Amino acid sequence: MRYLPLAEADRQAMLRAIGSNSVEDLFVDVPEGARLSGKIEGLADHATELSVERQLGTLARRNLVAGEVPFFLGCGAYRHHIPASVDHLIQRGEFLTSYTPYQPEIAQGTLQALFEFQTQVARLYGCDVANASMYDGSTACWEAIVMARRIKRRGKTVISAGLHPHYVGVAQTMARFTGDVLDVALPELTDGAPGDDADRLLAAIDGETSAVVVQYPNILGHVRDLSEIAERAHAAGALLIAVVTEPVALGLIRSPGEMGADIVVGEGQAIGVGLNFGGPYVGLFACKEKFVRQMPGRLCGETVDADGKRGFVLTLSTREQHIRREKATSNICTNSGLCALAFSVHMTLLGEKGLRQLAELNHAKAVAAAERLSKVPGVELVSGPFLNEFTLRLRKEARPVVRAMVDRGVLGGVSLGRLYPGAEALRNGLVVAVTETVTNEDVEALAGALEETLA
Amino acid sequence: MSMNREGRPTRPEAGEGTKTDTFTGNRALMLEEPLIFELKEEEGTGVDFADAPQVESRLGGLERNRSIGIPGLSEPQTVRHYTRLSRQNYAIDLGLFPLGSCTMKHNPRLNEKVARMPGFADIHPLQPTDTVQGALGLIHMLGEWLIRLTGMHSVAMSPKAGAHGELCGLLAIRAALEARGDAREVILVPESAHGTNPATAAFAGYRVESIPANERGRVDTEALKERLGPDVAAVMITNPNTCGLFEPDMIEISEAVHAAGGLVYCDGANFNAIVGRVRPGDLGIDAMHINLHKTFSTPHGGGGPGSGPVVFSEALTPFAPLPFVEQQGEHFALIEEETAGEHHGQGFGRMTAFHGQMGMFTRAMAYILSHGADGLRQVSGDAVLNANYILRQLEDVLDAPFGDSGPCMHEALFSDCGFQGGLSTLDLAKGLIDEGYHPMTMYFPLVVHGAMLVEPTETESKEALDQFIGALRSVAERAKAGDQTLKAAPVHAPRRRLDETLAARKPVLVYKEPERAQAAE
Amino acid sequence: MSLYFTKEHEWIRVEGDTAIVGITDFAQAQLGDVVFVEVPEAGRQVTKGAEAAVVESVKAASDVYAPVSGEVVEGNQALVDAPDLVNTDAEGEGWFFRLRLSNASELDGLMDADAYRAFCDSQ
Repeated sequence: MRYLPLAEADRQAMLRAIGSNSVEDLFVDVPEGARLSGKIEGLADHATELSVERQLGTLARRNLVAGEVPFFLGCGAYRHHIPASVDHLIQRGEFLTSYTPYQPEIAQGTLQALFEFQTQVARLYGCDVANASMYDGSTACWEAIVMARRIKRRGKTVISAGLHPHYVGVAQTMARFTGDVLDVALPELTDGAPGDDADRLLAAIDGETSAVVVQYPNILGHVRDLSEIAERAHAAGALLIAVVTEPVALGLIRSPGEMGADIVVGEGQAIGVGLNFGGPYVGLFACKEKFVRQMPGRLCGETVDADGKRGFVLTLSTREQHIRREKATSNICTNSGLCALAFSVHMTLLGEKGLRQLAELNHAKAVAAAERLSKVPGVELVSGPFLNEFTLRLRKEARPVVRAMVDRGVLGGVSLGRLYPGAEALRNGLVVAVTETVTNEDVEALAGALEETLA
Repeated sequence: MSMNREGRPTRPEAGEGTKTDTFTGNRALMLEEPLIFELKEEEGTGVDFADAPQVESRLGGLERNRSIGIPGLSEPQTVRHYTRLSRQNYAIDLGLFPLGSCTMKHNPRLNEKVARMPGFADIHPLQPTDTVQGALGLIHMLGEWLIRLTGMHSVAMSPKAGAHGELCGLLAIRAALEARGDAREVILVPESAHGTNPATAAFAGYRVESIPANERGRVDTEALKERLGPDVAAVMITNPNTCGLFEPDMIEISEAVHAAGGLVYCDGANFNAIVGRVRPGDLGIDAMHINLHKTFSTPHGGGGPGSGPVVFSEALTPFAPLPFVEQQGEHFALIEEETAGEHHGQGFGRMTAFHGQMGMFTRAMAYILSHGADGLRQVSGDAVLNANYILRQLEDVLDAPFGDSGPCMHEALFSDCGFQGGLSTLDLAKGLIDEGYHPMTMYFPLVVHGAMLVEPTETESKEALDQFIGALRSVAERAKAGDQTLKAAPVHAPRRRLDETLAARKPVLVYKEPERAQAAE
Repeated sequence: MSLYFTKEHEWIRVEGDTAIVGITDFAQAQLGDVVFVEVPEAGRQVTKGAEAAVVESVKAASDVYAPVSGEVVEGNQALVDAPDLVNTDAEGEGWFFRLRLSNASELDGLMDADAYRAFCDSQ
């Protein structure tokens, strides 16, 4: 078998060397009843590369590929163009098949890349420090809530209606077990400020609140200044946690850190990682310097070696599970190493100049698309500032419209009915993302499909 | 204060430096590489864009007016930067990677090819489900294989890594006990367990109590049974355990726990030792996480991403999290919050946005289909044979604390007993680096002094094993002879020993430009 | 002024109804280089045997327990900037906190210097 190098002669020689008669003898500690005498029944035998490729290729072809149709889905995962060199670099064996850098002398490649990644994330988010990544945005968001609770020793978190419902769902699931109190609400299609519930947030912050969580841009694509919420949170002794699911937006709009956010978390997928049907993604986590010892996840720090040369190591690891055990800041073991590298490589290729150009292109296309689509009979733009994602109010329920548009070869956005099943007030909402990969023809196709299905 | 047996030297000994006599500081193919922030290209970029159409801004006055501080490099510079960095890493592609409990097996490149098929890579998680039937079908197919390989009843595919999977298992257990009106407070964890076990149990709201190991390196079954009671929710067992040994009393333990009203969680990190020839379900467990990045060859990528699906017994199946894939005739449905109510009202909720690590599912599926049932059985056989070969070939020079209690499983455990001259496991490990290997797992499990855990995996040839054995023998002999030059090791690596104390006392986690750093002081 | 030791390797120097608490030289040697210390704030109530402070070295983190119950008068702020004081002068400048005892009889179970030395030898 092509992945198993031992020849039968090798096995015999090794068995002789260790004084056993057969490989089966080595499993003597397994109770007889649990020791299978042969391979597991009912499963296929080994297969050639050709065969595996064919089998899985057939499954792959049963999916409608985003790049092959007009495509407008966002809501936490964004389709951006990834330069060809990113994938080549992350597939270098020394990156792909290396391990967590616990032996720093022979892992400076990974460690230096992580240090650069941390710096890029901290700067992008407008924060002092960042960690070496987390699983994804939704778990990073929950970890931020836990961190704020630990710092403030208060039990309540106020969550903006504009936070991605999956992120809310994760927090609600965890809070059920930890006893954290979460104040949540559904978004509203408010003209001028879709999904924006600043009034509610400001009223809800009290002496029991450890943090306020606001998504920027929010689930409906809307952006708003976070400074006032930050001030009010701080005045009440609470922290502001900002969540960014579309990091490309920060190429053009102010960072949450500079507006006063204490902890900024989010999803890095949009840069370097690709859609991948939802995973693996990469959680970003940054905060103010004073909170650094409360940060979950791995941290890479600068130091020197015995020759005085600069080098990098994993540091502050006493917070982590393998040392603190039950007292750890979280149970996280893995960061999203290769995805963090992909993010970093793509970000290095872009630079802030390229990131700004990318964001400008996204915004310009989105504005043009919003204008074109709002001219379709039965379609209204829910107005308000946005970057590359906005919400339409359709004259009919959006979810069946999305289904019908697929039949016309268009993946026309995410219906709010999909994200908020049962929420009557939202059922006509359709969230449309427009990135640099969208062409004028695509927009015309979407306009046409909407017009037909809404007729 | 509570004593922790970890404490080991972290500051490099003052010693002879290895001075470089080149102008650049490079040593032929060993190239020094500055940080991107030091390459001074803030206006640079390696990506071209079409011009943006002229539109009226709708940013609501939020346009950025400050520089971000992220430099850009042209493509040639970027490729060179990361290529140079990559060459400072050890990797499986370079040589045997003996990390116990990590299962550093070869990462097949077919996996990478399959994961990148546009039909898998370029689909959005929120597309209408009938446009992604192939993807849902793959997730389902992988889940079925995992269920059959483990002999369990159902599987949760969404956890993002092993520790996340542990949390999933424990939350399902907690939900099940609460549904029974029998919420309990304590989880028992063997003292040899990996640190994620008690950390996860605490995160799930439990109090953790430790069960000692016996002198044969296994869980003290009598002590465990004595401790069971109406306050014990579950036992978390790793099997094979962290000493690389199979727990022969596993069935007895499961029965005792169930009789006392508790549930059994199995840490599946060491599944590679038994895959294809033992089904954990036959040992009476209720939940087990599987590390796709260990047993099923998805790449470690310098620290992640992983994937930690969890298999469940019939008792825990109703409490599994959302979302999951269900086959309904010819069709694959994604059961999310909306459809859960009909099928799955007791599920404990959602653990992550979207559905799970699809990119790792495709890779693991390619691996599993390539091996098949017969190949997977051979995987565990060869993995265990390789580890026993290493154990027996070295036990004359390295102390093997459980070498007399029968064969080991997929990993061999040694201790630092017999080292002279104040030399430690750390010194041996650094010496091994100079011989061209990544060291084995050190100082784990905690139950053995100066522990060294060696897991070769099944993808090593006999030649590779013999070379490794020779190298390890050589360094071990130096340690036992008290060879003080080991304290300066490694001397040939891109960096000598690094000052971890300095890094922790004065953490520098981001780059600061020299003028900025000076201004801050 | 009386000096006592606990089995958890804390020392406590009592003067009237106040006392100073730290960890012993034996403990700091086991820990290795100390990188961070978290001391309790003034006013905090501590209970005998419960966690009162945290000391982190590079590879280990340990809880420091209150040898007796009382109210914290002062945490040693010098350790914030110079955690290495715990290594260089554990039983002097490396003290952790000062407290006002609430129950002097709790001192009865603690060891004196000789008993502690014997205890360490048996470890």
